[in-house]
Amino acid sequence: MNAGERLTDANFPAHPEKATLEGKNKFLGFWLFLGGETVLFATLFGTYLGLRNMHLDGPTGEELFKLPLVFLATMLLLTSSLTSVYAVLSLKQNKVRSLQGWFLVTLLLGLGFLGLEIYEFNHYVHEGHTFTSSAFGSAFYTLVGFHGAHVAFGCLWITTLIFRNWNRGISLYNAPKYYLFALYWHFVDVVWVFIFTVVYLMGKVG
Amino acid sequence: MATHESHKKRSGLMDWLTTVDHKKIGILYLLAGGFFFLIGGLEAILMRIQLIKPENDLFTGELFNQLLTMHGTTMIFLAAMPMIFAYMNAVIPLQIGARDVAFPYVNAVGFWLFFFGGVLLNLSWFLGGAPEAGWTAYAPLSTSAQDTGVDFYVLGLQIAGAGTLAGGINFLVTIINMRAPGMTFMRMPLFTWASFVTSGLILFAFPALTVGFFLLMFERVFDANFFNPEMGGNILIWEHIFWIFGHPEVYILILPAFGIISEVVSTFSNKRLFGYSAMVFATVLIGFLGFMVWVHHMFTVGLGPVTNSIFAVATMAIAIPTGVKIFNWIFTMWGGQIRFTTAMLFAVGFIPTFVMGGVTGVMLAVPAADYQYHDSYFVVAHFHYVIVGGLILGLFSGLYYWYPRIFNRVLNETLGKINFWLFFIGFHLTFFPQHWLGLMGMPRRVFTYMSGQHLDEANFVSTIGALFMGAGTIVLFINIIVTASSKKVADKDPWDGRTLEWSMPVPTPEYNFAQTPLVRGLDALFVEKMAGNGKMTPAEPVGEIHMPNGSILPFVLSLGLFIAGFALIYANWIIAGVGLGIVLLTMFLRSILDDHGYHIHKEEVEADIKGGRA
Repeated sequence: MNAGERLTDANFPAHPEKATLEGKNKFLGFWLFLGGETVLFATLFGTYLGLRNMHLDGPTGEELFKLPLVFLATMLLLTSSLTSVYAVLSLKQNKVRSLQGWFLVTLLLGLGFLGLEIYEFNHYVHEGHTFTSSAFGSAFYTLVGFHGAHVAFGCLWITTLIFRNWNRGISLYNAPKYYLFALYWHFVDVVWVFIFTVVYLMGKVG
Repeated sequence: MATHESHKKRSGLMDWLTTVDHKKIGILYLLAGGFFFLIGGLEAILMRIQLIKPENDLFTGELFNQLLTMHGTTMIFLAAMPMIFAYMNAVIPLQIGARDVAFPYVNAVGFWLFFFGGVLLNLSWFLGGAPEAGWTAYAPLSTSAQDTGVDFYVLGLQIAGAGTLAGGINFLVTIINMRAPGMTFMRMPLFTWASFVTSGLILFAFPALTVGFFLLMFERVFDANFFNPEMGGNILIWEHIFWIFGHPEVYILILPAFGIISEVVSTFSNKRLFGYSAMVFATVLIGFLGFMVWVHHMFTVGLGPVTNSIFAVATMAIAIPTGVKIFNWIFTMWGGQIRFTTAMLFAVGFIPTFVMGGVTGVMLAVPAADYQYHDSYFVVAHFHYVIVGGLILGLFSGLYYWYPRIFNRVLNETLGKINFWLFFIGFHLTFFPQHWLGLMGMPRRVFTYMSGQHLDEANFVSTIGALFMGAGTIVLFINIIVTASSKKVADKDPWDGRTLEWSMPVPTPEYNFAQTPLVRGLDALFVEKMAGNGKMTPAEPVGEIHMPNGSILPFVLSLGLFIAGFALIYANWIIAGVGLGIVLLTMFLRSILDDHGYHIHKEEVEADIKGGRA
């Protein structure tokens, strides 16, 4: 069977994302890549922890952070992780329309998160907390900004995937692509949980 | 269903720009890495000429600092790493019985990223001067430098580093997923094992460096304040991040050399490797410990006696698995039928040389003593014994050993032996006296010294030694030219090899194995030789072979990043945006253009087998 061929319910494998050698390789390679990404974010977290009290004359995290806004952003992103799980469930049941629908919801939630983050950053800049105002400013925008850039890249990725495959069913060729995006999205979500804790909650109480 | 056999053969330059074949990418890595090795070596010789006599004024001050920085940076990132990747590409799929690497396209991306990163860094020579903050680029030296040298350093290495990470992941997946039937983990040749561990180290070490480079770039290009104490920054953050990457990097470099030495010693002693499983365990243990010793580069920073002691003990512990390896190589030779080919000479030369580097390493690991050695020529002598006496001798050994497999010719043995002796004697002449220079108080990185301090003779000898090493390298290039101009094609198994890469004809077919081999033990080919077959038993019938399509996109993507990096140095946001746009566009094209590869038909494979070509 050709990998690009549309799968039917009759020949649908249990794990379409790992049914070919290419799929298996992508699955493992992407997990390893996420391992590297973990080190990347760990280094950024370490830098932030070292510099988070170095705000000089500028506002502190405690003065800046507004938990309701950040909570809303967190909820958007956590929900988007849930919807991407629904998309993967649809993938495994060969329901392509449902898969596309859930990924579209995921995309919208991701864009909502980005909108909130842009609003938040803009607000901070007006409060005198900028990238160059202090070491705290540089470390904050770098850590949170790296995460935001990951969300933005994910949005471009899933948009490309959805529209490229809009009129195509699930095949052994595109199933790993969908699955990898979901893995990536979960990772970005987990990083946010740590940012929420280390940056915002610890910023409020520490 | 429509067929996807849209495969077109490309020729000449276009073939090399679009190739995704691991064998060709290996050659590209070797050529580019060899080129940068020459540049880095030239920089070293120029420095040694400056130091040949006291108060010399040939290359002083800023220019010497630039030579120093570029020598270290070029040798580590642009010569040693790519040459390691060259062997990994050329050999690993063959050693494990695979038809290609897991991600042929990503493999090409990795090469072109490295290449364009290296070109960007070296362009600095012509555009306002090379970086001069040392290969470690410590803040505030690197953050306060006014010219663009450090910008070239940070952006060039960032791009090259991304390529290295891609290569590391590729080889991890290749080795885990694509081994031939019967090729269990504990039957893998030691070079594959060492490369596997090295790839794991790359995966977990390089992202830290990526962040370090981002921070430094943000500091220089966007006025961030990570390392600026006036704005609340802390220069130690750079040192920690750099060495959290930097120490594993040392093992990233040396482990593949250990692998090469294991292959060569075993082959030319006509014995299986002594203590194979201990060798595997030692390799893994060195990789593991390599992550928890970085502070030994920072003993004099003043992190406190407890911290220093913990890292000192961890550092000394690495001597144990390394000692296991040294003894196993010696025991492999013990009682073997040793053939002193050039490859074996380099391997045998490696063993005592590397031990000397290891011993000074343990000396440096004692914090109290390190306060005396720190930043002196003793350190220079130590790490050159490890990296040149270890890695480079290993790479030379591997070059003579695998040259017939990579280039279908056997290098001339007479010239090879001249190459070895010139280089080996030159190496010890250069670096052995530097131990004493350091103990007598000569600091590293200085461009001159006063006469009458008993430093003259040792410095003179050291420079003469460097010229010997240069002469040895020239002999190697003469050898390559002589060999290339000879018509004599190598035998498929010129060394009576033990591992799978010697089981296929010369030249290696583009699909490597017409039939995936069945592996029946450690030293897979030698097992079959002992069983009287002399060739591998196939694990599958002859059939269609699936191949990946070549693509120009890896080249274009890397060119885009090169343009973006170049523009960032001059703060030209529009062109930087165009460059990043090219990167995103190529990723987009890669995503939307289906690439199913193509098939080589069963009849063609059968014809190749009949004609002795597969």
